[in-house]
Amino acid sequence: MNAEALFLSLRLAATVSFLLLVLALPLAYGLAFSTWRGKFLVESVVALPLVLPPTVLGFYALVAMGPRGPLGKIWQSLFGHSLAFTFAGLVLASMLYSLPFAVQPLVASFESLDRRLLDASAVLGANRARTFLRVIVPLAWPGVLTALVLSFAHTLGEFGVVLMVGGNLPGITRTVSIDIYDRVQALDYAAARQTALLLLLVSFVVLAIVYGVNRRVWSPWPAK
Amino acid sequence: MLSVQIRKQFRSNARQRFLLDITATFAPGFTVLFGPSGAGKSTLLDCIAGLQQPDSGEIRLGEESFFDAAGALSLPPQRRELAYVFQSLALFPHLSVEQNIRYGLDKLTLPEQTERSNSIARTFRIGNLLTRRPTELSGGEKQRVALARSLITRPRVLLLDEPLNGLDSALRRSILEDLRAWYDANRIPILYVTHNREEVDAIGERVVTLANGRVQESGAPGAILDAPRSIELAHAAGFENVLPAIVVEHRSTDGVMRVSLDHAACEIEIPLGDGEPGSEVRVAIRAGDILIATQAPHFLSARNILPGIVESLETRGAMVAIRVKAGAIFQVHVTPGAVRALDLSPGLLVWLVIKTHSCHLVR
Repeated sequence: MNAEALFLSLRLAATVSFLLLVLALPLAYGLAFSTWRGKFLVESVVALPLVLPPTVLGFYALVAMGPRGPLGKIWQSLFGHSLAFTFAGLVLASMLYSLPFAVQPLVASFESLDRRLLDASAVLGANRARTFLRVIVPLAWPGVLTALVLSFAHTLGEFGVVLMVGGNLPGITRTVSIDIYDRVQALDYAAARQTALLLLLVSFVVLAIVYGVNRRVWSPWPAK
Repeated sequence: MLSVQIRKQFRSNARQRFLLDITATFAPGFTVLFGPSGAGKSTLLDCIAGLQQPDSGEIRLGEESFFDAAGALSLPPQRRELAYVFQSLALFPHLSVEQNIRYGLDKLTLPEQTERSNSIARTFRIGNLLTRRPTELSGGEKQRVALARSLITRPRVLLLDEPLNGLDSALRRSILEDLRAWYDANRIPILYVTHNREEVDAIGERVVTLANGRVQESGAPGAILDAPRSIELAHAAGFENVLPAIVVEHRSTDGVMRVSLDHAACEIEIPLGDGEPGSEVRVAIRAGDILIATQAPHFLSARNILPGIVESLETRGAMVAIRVKAGAIFQVHVTPGAVRALDLSPGLLVWLVIKTHSCHLVR
């Protein structure tokens, strides 16, 4: 079993799920509570990774991160090296890929909150940030946990996007799913079987935790 | 003095529209907002609190403007410094009672918070509940905590949306007494929404009645609720009988007029009011204001004595609701004891006795 690849995958999944939570909390707040008419457009963009083939997503991410792509240019001028085929590039592409898995559980749990609790907080003088931290997040914690765990698990298992954006550099972009693919290509079935079983177990445990605390994980965008 | 002059249009679809159009002032003291559900009472409170925006008009507290459509001003709820107890109470379920009541005090120092929370806990007798979660409280305890949480902030206006719903009357009275005691030390405008007649009588110094998004009347509770002037308010004020009628003749010297009910099936005498002979009106009578006799009564002062047949009896708690066909159909409320003493049953011939002044003309 390739410990380096497994460690890389865990590091990637942890980084992505943490950064994604930071990004998804305000995004989900906006989607749940805004009355803006064009909201459905943002909802559609957030849900895109659910239906797009990972290769398509990976392709666009690669083009954007390449030396002539907008993201790549900015990155190059900031850090002096290219973004594609690096760990940072992998993190960015994975965040895009797992975005709906972080945002949707949060929106669902925010929308199920009793609005009068938020009204009560406002009338008692709390500004939005205080209401968010003291009322919304504590009451929506199953959603927060679900978002964290699902984006972790989803990133752990990604393949297409990693292959497109990261390539296959040992210790930098060779994640566990790529490693399994490599082993199978090399007809090393024993190693592939071991790693695959480990990934299967990790994914099962993670999902069991999520379903244990929250039974509405896979609900689509909730009806108003 | 809180003054409100607002309009807000709601469109749920092309046909259904609702216009809230309220002009009212609220002096320090208790004002009861009374009216049928859907009259716009909660929406009015939401607009005053800043949780909903009117389309036009203004809301002022003394010299300070909360909302002014002309000046494009709307103070956010956080800066209006008022208290609002919702019908659902909206206690934070993840916080203890003490954390709940201190929620609005985060800008004070800890000793100040403690002092205020001790003082409000004494006023509302919740000192023994401070460590509990809202789910561990009874209905009455929740209501006390919700009041304490709102009033601890020393608000400038208090909005109460049926805060004592679902409590028995002894508990309601005891909480109202504590609220009154608090008010004696903090004289602010208090807007109290209720459907409950008993609460109106217990607190109301002044009643403002709403129906269909508009203020119907305002004044002393007795004068308004005992003589409702619209059909919605008649139902809300507990008039079980609202009967269509046609004015037959005026007897101005006696201060009464005669009306016929239900296509001239019977005639009754009611206090003189608007309505020329021949015009259509409605007459409201409380079911509890009608007497039943099993023999034709004589030598009575009551002017309306109508023979009729008992159609049905239905026991509702400590009261029996009887339907009697006496020309029109009348609802009559009597005690179970009266049913036994008179041996009332469907098909029995009875006489209904209604005082002239128990009949109220409704628009």
